Amino acid sequence: MNTRIFVPRDTAAIAVGADDVASAITAQAQALGLDVQIVRNGSRGLLWLETLVEIDTPAGRIAYGPVQADDVPGLFEAGWLDGSPHPLRHGPTDEIPYLKNQERLTFARVGIIDPLSLADYQAHGGYAGLRNALAMAPEAIVGEVVDSGLRGRGGAAFPTGIKWKTVLATPALQKYVVCNADEGDSGTFSDRLLMEGDPYTLIEGMTIAGIAVGANYGYVYVRSEYPYAVDVLARAIEQARRTGWLGSDIQGSGRAFDMEVRTAAGAYICGEETSLLESLEGKRGLVRAKPPLPAIQGLFGQPTVINNVISLASVPIILDKGAAYYRDYGMGRSRGTLPFQLAGNLKRGGLVEKAFGLTLRQLLFDFGGGSASGRPLRAVQVGGPLGAYLPESQWDVPLDYEAYMGISAMLGHGGLVAFDDTVDMAGMAQYAMEFCAVESCGKCTPCRVGAVRGVEVIQKIRRDDQREHQVHLLRDLCDTMFSGSLCALGGMTPYPVLSALNHFPQDFGLPATQPASDEATA
Amino acid sequence: MLETILKRERDLGTPAKTSANTVRATIDGTPIEVPEGTSVMRAAAEAGINIPKLCATDSLEAFGSCRLCLVQIENRRGYPASCTTPVEEGMVIWTETPKLHELRRNVMELYISDHPLDCLTCPANGDCELQDMAGVVGLRSVRYGFDGANHLSDATDASNPYFAYDSSKCIVCSRCVRACEEVQGTFALTIDGRGFESRIAAGQKQDFMDSECVSCGACVQACPTSSLMEKSVIMMGQAEHAVITTCAYCGVGCGFKAEMKGQEVVRMTPWKDGKANRGHACVKGRFAWGYATHRDRVLKPMIRKSIADPWREVSWDEALNHAASEIKRIQAKYGTGSVGGITSSRCTNEETYLVQKLVRAAFGNNNVDTCARVCHSPTGYGLKTTLGESAGTQTFDSVMHADVVIVMGANPSAAHPVFASRLKRRLRQGAKLIVIDPRVTELVSSPHIKADFHLPVRPGTNTAILTAMAHVIATERLIDEAFVAERCETKAFEQWREFVSQEQHSPEATESITGCRAADVRGAARLFARQPNGAIYYGLGVTEHSQGSTTVMAIANLAMATGNLGREGVGVNPLRGQNNVQGSCDMGSFPHELPGYRHISDDLVRGRFERAWGVTLQPEPGLRIPNMFDAALGGTFMGLYCQGEDIVQSDPDTQHVAAALAAMECVIVQDIFLNETAKYAHVFLPGSSFLEKDGTFTNAERRISRVRQVMRPKAGKADWEATCALSNALGYPMNYAHPRDVMDEIASLTPTFAGVSFKRIDELGGSVQWPCNDDAPEGTPIMHMDQFVRGKGKFMITKYVPTSERSTRRFPLLLTTGRILSQYNVGAQTRRTANVAWHSEDVLEIHPSDAEERGIKTGDKVAIQSRAGETALTAEVTERVQPGVVYTTFHFPESGANVVTTDSSDWATNCPEYKVTAVQVRLVTEPSRWQEKWTRFSTLQEQLLPRAQARAQAGDQAPSKAAATPSPVNEPA
Repeated sequence: MNTRIFVPRDTAAIAVGADDVASAITAQAQALGLDVQIVRNGSRGLLWLETLVEIDTPAGRIAYGPVQADDVPGLFEAGWLDGSPHPLRHGPTDEIPYLKNQERLTFARVGIIDPLSLADYQAHGGYAGLRNALAMAPEAIVGEVVDSGLRGRGGAAFPTGIKWKTVLATPALQKYVVCNADEGDSGTFSDRLLMEGDPYTLIEGMTIAGIAVGANYGYVYVRSEYPYAVDVLARAIEQARRTGWLGSDIQGSGRAFDMEVRTAAGAYICGEETSLLESLEGKRGLVRAKPPLPAIQGLFGQPTVINNVISLASVPIILDKGAAYYRDYGMGRSRGTLPFQLAGNLKRGGLVEKAFGLTLRQLLFDFGGGSASGRPLRAVQVGGPLGAYLPESQWDVPLDYEAYMGISAMLGHGGLVAFDDTVDMAGMAQYAMEFCAVESCGKCTPCRVGAVRGVEVIQKIRRDDQREHQVHLLRDLCDTMFSGSLCALGGMTPYPVLSALNHFPQDFGLPATQPASDEATA
Repeated sequence: MLETILKRERDLGTPAKTSANTVRATIDGTPIEVPEGTSVMRAAAEAGINIPKLCATDSLEAFGSCRLCLVQIENRRGYPASCTTPVEEGMVIWTETPKLHELRRNVMELYISDHPLDCLTCPANGDCELQDMAGVVGLRSVRYGFDGANHLSDATDASNPYFAYDSSKCIVCSRCVRACEEVQGTFALTIDGRGFESRIAAGQKQDFMDSECVSCGACVQACPTSSLMEKSVIMMGQAEHAVITTCAYCGVGCGFKAEMKGQEVVRMTPWKDGKANRGHACVKGRFAWGYATHRDRVLKPMIRKSIADPWREVSWDEALNHAASEIKRIQAKYGTGSVGGITSSRCTNEETYLVQKLVRAAFGNNNVDTCARVCHSPTGYGLKTTLGESAGTQTFDSVMHADVVIVMGANPSAAHPVFASRLKRRLRQGAKLIVIDPRVTELVSSPHIKADFHLPVRPGTNTAILTAMAHVIATERLIDEAFVAERCETKAFEQWREFVSQEQHSPEATESITGCRAADVRGAARLFARQPNGAIYYGLGVTEHSQGSTTVMAIANLAMATGNLGREGVGVNPLRGQNNVQGSCDMGSFPHELPGYRHISDDLVRGRFERAWGVTLQPEPGLRIPNMFDAALGGTFMGLYCQGEDIVQSDPDTQHVAAALAAMECVIVQDIFLNETAKYAHVFLPGSSFLEKDGTFTNAERRISRVRQVMRPKAGKADWEATCALSNALGYPMNYAHPRDVMDEIASLTPTFAGVSFKRIDELGGSVQWPCNDDAPEGTPIMHMDQFVRGKGKFMITKYVPTSERSTRRFPLLLTTGRILSQYNVGAQTRRTANVAWHSEDVLEIHPSDAEERGIKTGDKVAIQSRAGETALTAEVTERVQPGVVYTTFHFPESGANVVTTDSSDWATNCPEYKVTAVQVRLVTEPSRWQEKWTRFSTLQEQLLPRAQARAQAGDQAPSKAAATPSPVNEPA
């Protein structure tokens, strides 16, 4: 009898040597004459344990990690094929508290299944949602998504069902579903983890979106730095097509949907949905003015559903288990779960899918285990490079879209980057402006010129060149960018800048009693 | 603002919307109601509320980049841009609040933090939107200082002869890029880099001149600062007054604003309200007007006894009296019919009318013809026969409603650029395109344009291909039976149907004749017949053939059979070559027709003219141009008055034309330059450019537009005044105080012009499309609406008769001729401008396989020989032409393209077959004998000019130097 060994073929795992580990296991098993079968699964999201190798034993999957290729002979020697003890052993994977305490709905299969096995996928509940959807009228599918309370997981948190409703209601000969997989925010990786670990979920979600709104074609616009995700998705699409899960007659239903992967152009701004559409059309990544909404005039001028990976990948479970099942998670108007991504100076970085409503402190300490450096944590940037820096006083605010808006912060895509007390927050503010300057598409003036001036003004503050005057100017500039920018890049850059300035004035050479204004705008 | 500086045209910010539904809202408390989709910015502007803006302009779709136009809308978050926000029912909008003031000022502050503060020495001073907006928002300081990152030391690209791109002044509003895309459709410009590094780039970051830029000026027009600026303005400063007038180049007839400093033109800018061009222009009209003041202008009347004699400058009176006495002498000696006149399609309607009146009334014969003889006479004949009127049926705007367009024998991107831009805009919106042309023209494949079908028809087989298309439409039941039954003569139609349905006309049977794949012909025919609105546009590639008139009738047949006449988006549309070729035909320039296309033999019509003019008119048609030449060589035609046309260069078989002129006893040429024809003249009357006179031009859409005098005639008389004076000298009184009186006379005698007057044209916004009379007091944009002018439309049998001009063993290639964008016609004007930077010589295009066979490479000198003559040109090996076909242009006299073309002509109208000449091509090292002769003759004629004589007397060696210069007229301005 052979033993199945799970070695992730996930970018994060490969980056720390997963491929070498897999080769070492094969070589060692061969040398020992042992019959093993290596399954390249997705990552469980326990990134500090990568490469996390799981042995399929009669007692369940036993986790060992972080495994290096050098550890492999010793692990065999220790009898890991039987789940025997070893310093790297963590016991049954599902019992690891980091994983056990999550509420994995969207990521239910990630790390568990062979990403490219359709049989595995369906054995774990895959395509149940689409099967249901195929028996439903488009309005009913859209209604289910509306009722689930699902909101855009890309950061803007716009109700997904409402967006679909607009596309459904816009008559056109051709409509599209576009998946925004240009995951460019610092400290975020949930899209990639899902695409590499469970690509069929995304394909299923897009297919459901297609039949719901009357679109027969979809594009996944994947960040160019994600070659493995592109590869896995492309192969999954090919298999889905071969097995009738994509094409002109999905599983004999008479419904049609097909899709392809497009590798992105390598610009952060192409993660902004209208720039993404321009880029998909083969043009320069330039933000479009709205209206018209993409739902009415999107890709090639046609009505287009454009959603983030996680939004679309959350649809199958909603159609499988019903809107109420999903809606029962979460708090307030933030329903369901969000895959939080823990990064930065934390002991245990990784992905934590939880219902809305827990606190940052829980994430940082219960899951993240506090700082990796051992020094006190000082600031956490939530929601990517355009998110606010939160001081400890705000770490108990529930993670909820509205609650965060209330403190001039945003949940965004659910990524958080933690810093310890060595951080220079004026430097971080300057970095925010630099980021905006580098990534600006250049279309609107507040962002194109403003970000460059922002860097200069913060530099002057830091070297005490008319500091008071420059701080006033910086606040004016932030207001101009916030109120005047065409898209969220220029419009939200003030969040990290002003939060740094307001919560950490001493880093700017200002008295600590700087009147703390929580408002981004005056 | 100084009142000596021009006021800008009002800009409503975003294009008008035409929705039938309206929405109501209030802006700053003012209730408004606008068509659905109208932007807040435009709605406000229409209500007199000016929201600050920089990136918005009403010729371009809203873009939303400058963020100056932010407004507040009640119950909406944030500060939406008014240009990109459509008005919605019930909106309450505020455009001026303290918060908005602060935001706008702060945005402007960012702009100015990266902009030179050299307003006083800036060429745009007084005409700068950035400057204006800085004033409007009340910018008082730039708190960022000027030590930050900036583009102030960016280099200027001055490669284009007419405008400069100063990157340091650029505010990255993208108006130029968008104009290049949306208005012009060339896609030559882009934004290079991103963020703060964003800069305008031409082509692949090239100089403007090295890029695909066609120098139409749309970008310059769109630029709100001095970043893209006319060099003439950089040199001269802002104009102080402006005059609306009409371009004197092609048949599009663009409206222009001549921006003036006193008597000097500062720049020509396309007139926004011009109905033919809608604010767009091309490299010729917008920039190539410098010829009007070129030093080659001849400004004094001159006479001489023989063409070997030096010219003598004389007074107007002496020149006119001399001319009159010569005409009288010749008529006394050789008979009344021994003299004639040629009217000009370059001159105004009024001037043309006077020349034909002079010939008919003062010369007493009908020997008047015009250059339309050699271009669109088949259009007149063909359309009159089938539809009843010798003119195109539509407006240019109509193409915006077409679903499929046939472009046949026309290259509008080069010859009618402003129309081409409109057409391409429609094609980008999704209209289908069929190109029928031996060459791969720009429309066949260019950025965002791809012809659905290109039928590379073999030169000379146009009739066959159209009949083949008709065959498909007739035999595949694609005929619009209801239209035909209601609108057309049944018997003629049935005969036509029977004719085209014959198997011998099928695409398969004619494939070997036309050289076009049968499947493509079928596909094209089906496409044309099945779309709701099909429009046909054609040019000289249709008319300048031995079967030109037949092909025009085949086009009309096709339009009638598919029901594509009498409404917007359809029609038969000749693209007229010259600015007033339609008008010169309308004005009775043909020997057989009085103004309004009425036959001279019609006693009733002739009687009216006789009463009005107080003379007896000959009832028989006079000589056509080719007949005049033949008669001259036969010794019966001895005197010619030729106004504003260069027949020696433009008419076929140059040597024949030159011999005819040399045989005449008195050739009177009226022109602004000593053109090729003037070298054979005995009397030279200095002409006036379009800037020097009042009048009207009629464009290809029958649109009569005003030409307005912006400067005094440089030679003292406008052309119409010279004609009147000549008539008076001949003893036939012509006394008009102003061209408006001439138009009044035209209107009184011509039913289709009965309602036209200068006053009426002004009332109608600057132009009117004839017919304009009591039935149509506002003119007639679209003809044949309810019925055809002739009553029922008449299908004509279009039997294909191969031209006698076909390839033989001796002359195995077919030469066809055409135009290029930067040059115009015989080049008399454009050669005297910086347009030579794009095209400084005519080249021979030859297919690689034909070139290979003859050992020819690009750049080689090759001789082109036909049965008429031989010339030599530089070869360009290209796949634009098909094997067996060679192509050239005729913009330079020394090229001698028409030395090669023959006397073959249209069976009905004598329109020369410029488009098909059997030739042989071979490598040579020297110019042809004709070219050598031409050089000697031209040099001699230049030396006979008074200015050359004066230089010689002053001891200047110029004449001998000139003798060494192969082509004195080839020098750029």
